Amino acid sequence: MEQRLANSLIMTVNEKKFIENALVSDIRVDGRRPFDYRNLTIRFGSEDGSSEVQLGKTQVLAFVTGQLVQPYRDRPNEGSFAIYTEFSPMADPSFEPGRPGDSAIELGRIVDRGLRESRAVDTESLCVIAGKLVWSIRIDLHIIDNGGNLVDAANIAALAALSTFRRPECTVGGEDGQELTIHPPDVREPLPLILHHFPVAVTFGFIGKENIVVIDPTHYEEEVMGGSLTATLNTNGDVCAIQKAGGDGVLQSVIMQCLRIASVKAGDITSKIKNAVESYNTQRSLRKIKRHNPSPAVSNVAKHHTERLVLGANEFNVGSQSNEHDTMNEISSTANGFSNRDPNSQSVDTDALRASQPSCATPLDKLNEESTQVNPETKSTQQSSDMNSSASTHEATDIGLQENQSNTLKDAVKPKHKRRKKSTSNVNAS
Amino acid sequence: MEYVSPEGLRLDGRRPMEMRQLRAELGAVSRADGSAVFEMGNTKVIAAVYGPREVQNRSQQMNDKALIRCEYTMANFSTGDRLRRPKGDRRSTEISLVIRQTMEACIMTHLMPRSQIDIFVQVLQADGGTRSACINAATLALADAGIPMCDLVTSCSAGYLNSTPLLDLNYVEDSAGGPDVTVGILPKLDKVTLLQMDAKLPMDIFENVMQLATEGCKAVANYIREVLLENTKQLENRRGV
Repeated sequence: MEQRLANSLIMTVNEKKFIENALVSDIRVDGRRPFDYRNLTIRFGSEDGSSEVQLGKTQVLAFVTGQLVQPYRDRPNEGSFAIYTEFSPMADPSFEPGRPGDSAIELGRIVDRGLRESRAVDTESLCVIAGKLVWSIRIDLHIIDNGGNLVDAANIAALAALSTFRRPECTVGGEDGQELTIHPPDVREPLPLILHHFPVAVTFGFIGKENIVVIDPTHYEEEVMGGSLTATLNTNGDVCAIQKAGGDGVLQSVIMQCLRIASVKAGDITSKIKNAVESYNTQRSLRKIKRHNPSPAVSNVAKHHTERLVLGANEFNVGSQSNEHDTMNEISSTANGFSNRDPNSQSVDTDALRASQPSCATPLDKLNEESTQVNPETKSTQQSSDMNSSASTHEATDIGLQENQSNTLKDAVKPKHKRRKKSTSNVNAS
Repeated sequence: MEYVSPEGLRLDGRRPMEMRQLRAELGAVSRADGSAVFEMGNTKVIAAVYGPREVQNRSQQMNDKALIRCEYTMANFSTGDRLRRPKGDRRSTEISLVIRQTMEACIMTHLMPRSQIDIFVQVLQADGGTRSACINAATLALADAGIPMCDLVTSCSAGYLNSTPLLDLNYVEDSAGGPDVTVGILPKLDKVTLLQMDAKLPMDIFENVMQLATEGCKAVANYIREVLLENTKQLENRRGV
């Protein structure tokens, strides 16, 4: 019940009046128009299911994890999910460590309502053995910086993290169909969650006696506003949840107008989230392929990249990060493979490779076997398809790799075209 | 499951636009400054108001307005299965916050600086629509305590099942998984102060459902006004006016 937290923001009368007066002329303190959102940046962490969202100065992290548990008795074939919020004291001087306060609980419940009741997360697909084992998804939201409008940022972070989360694949086997095997991620590709739609939260603030409406309030505007309305909508024109918890009264027409504006903004935000998730997925599949033999089409470009590439690049930024952006461009420009100094590949038997070069068909299987022995992360089906599509030059690439790794200093000095000649001479020699 | 029969009757025999029976009683808790019991069908809620009184926690004192505190609890025996609810569970905290902010909008807090008004609401019988019943009970209790308000706050819920907007859902209809819209209005000013919705609903249908809930709120407001008038007449009689 503590609504007056210690160290809460105290604004002078002048500051409050300034914000209100500026709004009368449709100007906001940070230069935005009343219905403009701040800059939205969505980044993903190195693990699946972790995201970081920056909305103006507000920063929120979201982590999604899964666990196998017993289902609820009244829902034996449905999984469950729960949202936990943590308002870190570093975000705002008024946040206290320990039990979540009122606003933390309210934020958690708004995000939860948007996902749960509207059935955005498909819980039936989370069932493994009906009545015995289901997946329980846990979403943790951490507020890192409170620049205002935590609800929207937290919602976007939760959606982004849910889209990139992967759960291990489980198969039920055994005589009675009760034996469960959970496949580790390197044996079988983990599965994404099924999201039916994206419920996006849009927050409006009502400021002043005339109830001027602003979208995406900053924390200064939140102190001044008399009431707020959070509308959670998806792009199908459905309203998933609305929260207007008291505060100044507004006319019904104003509410409907806010909903219409919110549906437009929801469309923008949904497309941003989808773009970010897509590029993350492309990076992820590129990362997967680097562990296996790279495709021949990019062999030369690949060699060029060997020295320059960061091993297992951790952060794939969608927003504006200039350094990593360049490398990212190069990565995305190479079709589906870039090689780097994968320590495992060094242990591949070069003699076996050389011996297998003349004939294409049979050694492919041999190479398969060898690589599977050496490289525990290979997936046989994908690899064989890769192999079949790239016959002899494939081995050349590997050998090229070997050669490359043994004389990288020279390569660093030598220009590109000379290296190309070297690889072709290798093929001709053998 | 069929929530609206082909003849247009709901599970408890009501029409889709019909509210449940309302019953209100003032002065139930003699020790409190103001109290009320409010019933909407089988949902029964008791509210008690203490204030304006001195702020108990000096650090929370506000020099220009009154401090409003609200606590919402559900009695263990209120639902079908007797559950031991932890006091600070998330749902209760959220509803306490919602009720507090709703009442803050209508209480003239600037008339009582450096004081505190406590609103305690407890659900005795829960059959759907407890949030609305709590707000209505709190309004009555505040009026009974004589606390200055700019307008009454009344609240009602509505839903959408079997392609029909339904007014004032009971527990069975509420747990059907359909949308549930709770609206709280200031009737004289005709402004919406509380609006909560869950589950999916297309926007145009939402407008209809919200309109229906607002009509329900106005009906509750009429009833509350009658109750308050009746109560005032009785007070006048006792004073020999």
